[in-house]
Amino acid sequence: MLTKRIIACLDVKDGRVVKGVQFRNHVDMGDILELSQRYADEGVDELVFYDITASSDGRVVDKSWVNQIARRINIPFCVAGGIRSVADAKTILNDGADKISVNSPALEKPQFITELAAAFGTQCVVAGIDSRRENDQLQVYQYTGDASKTIKSKRETVAWAQQVVALGAGEIVLNCMNNDGVRQGYDIAQLKAVKQAVSVPVIASGGAGDYQHFVDLFQQTDIDGALAASVFHSGKIPIPDLKAYLQAQSVEVRA
Amino acid sequence: MIAIIDSGGANIASVQFALQRLGAESVLTRDIDQIQSAERVLLPGVGAAPVAMQSLREAGLIEPIRQLRQPVLGICLGMQLLFRRSHEGDTDLLDIIDGDCTAFRPAPGRSVPHMGWNKLHPKSQHPLLAGLPDVAHVYFVHSYFVPVVAPTIAACNYGDDFTAIVAQENFMGCQFHPERSGQVGARILQNFLEMPS
Repeated sequence: MLTKRIIACLDVKDGRVVKGVQFRNHVDMGDILELSQRYADEGVDELVFYDITASSDGRVVDKSWVNQIARRINIPFCVAGGIRSVADAKTILNDGADKISVNSPALEKPQFITELAAAFGTQCVVAGIDSRRENDQLQVYQYTGDASKTIKSKRETVAWAQQVVALGAGEIVLNCMNNDGVRQGYDIAQLKAVKQAVSVPVIASGGAGDYQHFVDLFQQTDIDGALAASVFHSGKIPIPDLKAYLQAQSVEVRA
Repeated sequence: MIAIIDSGGANIASVQFALQRLGAESVLTRDIDQIQSAERVLLPGVGAAPVAMQSLREAGLIEPIRQLRQPVLGICLGMQLLFRRSHEGDTDLLDIIDGDCTAFRPAPGRSVPHMGWNKLHPKSQHPLLAGLPDVAHVYFVHSYFVPVVAPTIAACNYGDDFTAIVAQENFMGCQFHPERSGQVGARILQNFLEMPS
């Protein structure tokens, strides 16, 4: 049986791992290579490196660390942030990343997802979606890496998720912005709605604060993986302990 | 020397890095002489079967690959290429091992692509499987699969049972990415490197 994936997200700013609350007030969390190696050793299933400054600054992620990580670690990793062209993506994949994730540039030009899928295959192309609950609506947000530039896009979340899959995305990372950084659990209802609407894997992001939040996610939805940052970086939830806890609750995870 | 056949896809670097971590140097090439004279050969592949086959055809590599006598390891799409035919774009493959490649159909509880860590079910004793733990998970990313066939040495299940590792004489293949499969993947690559050539 395919196991549920536990994914650590490393938000990268100026070559360091940082974490903010609801995308603001970034605090330095450590060195990229050291943290990556630690997670790989502890049994995390995948890493996502998200350059939170890139998209809104209009520049591409600094590539030197991509290559260093690819040389060092033996688990899959995805690079996100400011990938605006097929050439940008190609450089990152050639440097050894397994997947690239696009968000704001896909909202600007949806066809970009199709171009990436045609060039590298859908399995390399992840669509990141930042979604906020507003009254009864699920709304997609854009340029969330920088609070001063964040805007509401004109798109509704479930419809956009279906569109990115039709365009060629092989996976969706759904970041539920209301829950991000506040450690009150994943947005189960929203994740369920998106997962039911698409055929590709969906990764949950935003809200993990306790062991039980992961259990709730995997027992109450068909979500394929859980992404978290601060609870892992701070040491509040060590990966081996989380996996043991999930296994005890009959959630299948990698040994 | 180990030759990694350049089948045109991106993301070949990670295979080379995995070999480096095991202390083995390799060269990325589409030069026929270099491939034929290599001690062992890796055939990675990411992307679509028709594109990869076209790339091998243009490089004049199809017949030379079929004739190789040293250990050959196909990875992911590279494993699929060893078989007869793929439903992906109705493509004739290298036709070294008998069997066809078909698509996973999405279903409730089965996202496609099959992406993530899944369990190996060994079918027979083989040097490639030496020293693996009883429960061995490896990392898969694929939308097409080869059913279990006679030379399958390890299967996996994702709604359908399929070939995770195949071995027929000197030709071997892994549907998953050993270079991204932690300690288990590293051990499989190590086993391949230690095979008599």
